[in-house]
Amino acid sequence: MKPRALRNLAVVMLLAAAPLALGQSGGVLHFCLHGEPKTFNPILVDDEASENIRYLTGGVLIRLNRQTQALEPGLAESWHVSKDGRTITFRLRKGLHFSDGTAFTSEDVGYTMKTLMDPQVHSPTGDAFRSGEGAIDVQTPTPDVVTITFPASVAGLERLFDQVAILSVHSPQKEMAVLGPFYVSEYKAGLYVELKRNPNYWRRDAQGHPLPYLDGIRLDIQRNRDIELLRFRRGELQLINRLDAESYQHLQKDDPNVARNAGAGLDSDHIWFNEVPSAPLAEYKKAWFRTTEFRKAVSLAINRDDICRIVFAGYAKPAYGPVSPANRFWFNAALPAPKYDPQGALRLLIQAGFRFANDELRDKAGNRVEFTLVTNSGNTVREKMAAMIQQDLSQIGIKVSVVTLDFPSLIERMTRTFDYEACLLGLVNTDLDPSGVMTVWLSSGENHQWNPNQKNPATPWEAEMDKLMREQASAIADKDRKKKFDRVQQIIYEQQPFIYLVNRDVLTAVSPAVVGVAPTVLNPQAFWNADVLQLGPAPQLGAQK
Amino acid sequence: MSAKRGLRICATFMLCAVGLLALGANIVAPYSYAHQFRDLPSSAPTATHLLGTDTLGRDMFSRLLYGTRVSLLLAPAAALLATLIAGVLGAAAGLLGGWWERSILAITDLSMALPLLFLLIALRAMLPLNVESVVSVVATFLMLGLLGWPSALRVVWAATRNIRQSDFLLLARSSGSGPLRLIFRQVLPNLRPVLLAQFWISIPVFILTEATLSMLGLGVMEPLPSWGNLLRGLEDFPAVSANPWRIAPLVLLILVVICFQLILPSQEDSV
Repeated sequence: MKPRALRNLAVVMLLAAAPLALGQSGGVLHFCLHGEPKTFNPILVDDEASENIRYLTGGVLIRLNRQTQALEPGLAESWHVSKDGRTITFRLRKGLHFSDGTAFTSEDVGYTMKTLMDPQVHSPTGDAFRSGEGAIDVQTPTPDVVTITFPASVAGLERLFDQVAILSVHSPQKEMAVLGPFYVSEYKAGLYVELKRNPNYWRRDAQGHPLPYLDGIRLDIQRNRDIELLRFRRGELQLINRLDAESYQHLQKDDPNVARNAGAGLDSDHIWFNEVPSAPLAEYKKAWFRTTEFRKAVSLAINRDDICRIVFAGYAKPAYGPVSPANRFWFNAALPAPKYDPQGALRLLIQAGFRFANDELRDKAGNRVEFTLVTNSGNTVREKMAAMIQQDLSQIGIKVSVVTLDFPSLIERMTRTFDYEACLLGLVNTDLDPSGVMTVWLSSGENHQWNPNQKNPATPWEAEMDKLMREQASAIADKDRKKKFDRVQQIIYEQQPFIYLVNRDVLTAVSPAVVGVAPTVLNPQAFWNADVLQLGPAPQLGAQK
Repeated sequence: MSAKRGLRICATFMLCAVGLLALGANIVAPYSYAHQFRDLPSSAPTATHLLGTDTLGRDMFSRLLYGTRVSLLLAPAAALLATLIAGVLGAAAGLLGGWWERSILAITDLSMALPLLFLLIALRAMLPLNVESVVSVVATFLMLGLLGWPSALRVVWAATRNIRQSDFLLLARSSGSGPLRLIFRQVLPNLRPVLLAQFWISIPVFILTEATLSMLGLGVMEPLPSWGNLLRGLEDFPAVSANPWRIAPLVLLILVVICFQLILPSQEDSV
């Protein structure tokens, strides 16, 4: 080949690669919502599907970077929180417009916050801001400055604004006018939601090119995960946000580039014993469940590594406590790693007055130690975990009967009749901040599962947890809050009211055609950076198989 | 010997063999059905594990034997209970007519209209949690027997109506036989082929219903195996295609159902 021909070929190749390098990919990204979105009004969002649409369409003042877990300026260039934690002042970006061309001003922020905090609206997002009695005060001295004052200090105030998509006060399209990277262009109930690129989106890439790169996103409504996987394999979808370990394993065998593991996530699976005084259980069983040594022994006798390896095919990590190490700021790194020590468990039980003979554990009164572990039916992963716990505890002489119940029956027993002995369930954590789980840790909380809705704390350590949780919620400095919440984690580790088992890995599937994907453990895992995602120059849908 | 008779003998022999193996599970099974070999999860068949191990490392051959015992022994018991209820009530409705007939058929129609699955879910939710596995298994099949009679009753009722005006019943009535005596001494013996057919039909139906219940987390509880919870292993299709020996419980279930169908008295036999 002549030198000129070679030069021409190089130019052609460079031109071919140019669109991707310049970020002009275009194209429509396809993936699934796992339910019908209940609303497109960002103030009223209460379900995962609507939450995903809010994330893709809503413009927020402050954005939590899902990768670094740090707060970044969004529609607000900067912000300042007062020393008493009640007032936040935003300086807004100038010259921004909603998707329909309406100008964005501080008036829109004021309107959004007032709507959000209106008790008549019943906004789930607004509930997080409700720290005390009284209305909020919003001042808009100039079009680019807004000051919001709350009746009482709000813990982690800035972080809460990540959920607040700004509405337009003047747009005739109302909540359909958005400031995020995409806007909803079409919705067919039960079929799909189509999002189109917002031409007025404020963000630009490092080279100054307007974002987002994609022309749009098509979200097919598909509840069946097997069909979703099948469509991904066929190439009809380019992304699956959450995968179970088995599907992930199969995909990885087919094509290791497609399956992505973001590491241990925030969600945990745990067991707890029913410590409700009025529960219809035998008194001697209630006494075991209230004994710290008994709970610690059960925790020590469970082989979490085996659960991770066998049930989750290695795609889970033994859980330390209520906070996953994935929650970088709030995780108490001083907690010791979970141990598997059946002999140590037996020693603890014997110290507490239990007797072990003929492979059976008995209490002081000679009652055989046995309990029923309930979990939700149809969840094969939890059923396998329960079977493994059953075998592990049999080694220290405890007989466990596993019962699976349909979810409504299980909830009825957990919250109303308290007719159960031990329960295996999981907790979905979407909030990094401990203030989001106050109802779990306060003894008066309805999600304080081992003994909910207490009028007065039943134990000194629960009283201490109440005090610490309230103090951290009213403290302003994150450092002080962290110190208090570290102590709460320490108490949970020492007392084991919840026996934490595993943190599941966040597993996703992404077609090689999608460029720029960096799955994280925070929701929305695979498309948190949708505004910078690109489709390759010759988009190949999905995996090849 | 006709081919049909030969097939029937084969089917009977096969069922007996499976039944004996299941009954002798304690002796034949190499391991406990619950023991987890955690270093060998999902292993392929070997000399030590003839059908490999399940995802928790439990020996599949041992579990299949114990599971067969649970499903194969209790399903006929449930079928017998359902057929007895259907026989007595169906014969009473067909023979007595009038208010009795209308009431029994109304109850039957209501039972058929009720979604059996939801009823079973509700009943299971009402049971105490701390019941032994054996009690749970027996309760499941008892529920199947107590709730599985309506369709058989319709058949028995129709057959009884056909013989209601027959001479032998007229003769029995004229000689002073009361309704109970008529049902148990005259009607039911004459409906024996129908009752037998209903009994044989119900067995595979109950086995499959138990399989469905186990797949929903009802019925037989872990770690006790049944065909139902063994069949749950087939939900993971890619894993099954990669490990075809996992279909052993399904093959055995199909084989047993076919055997039952083969030994079932056909219409020609009744004639």
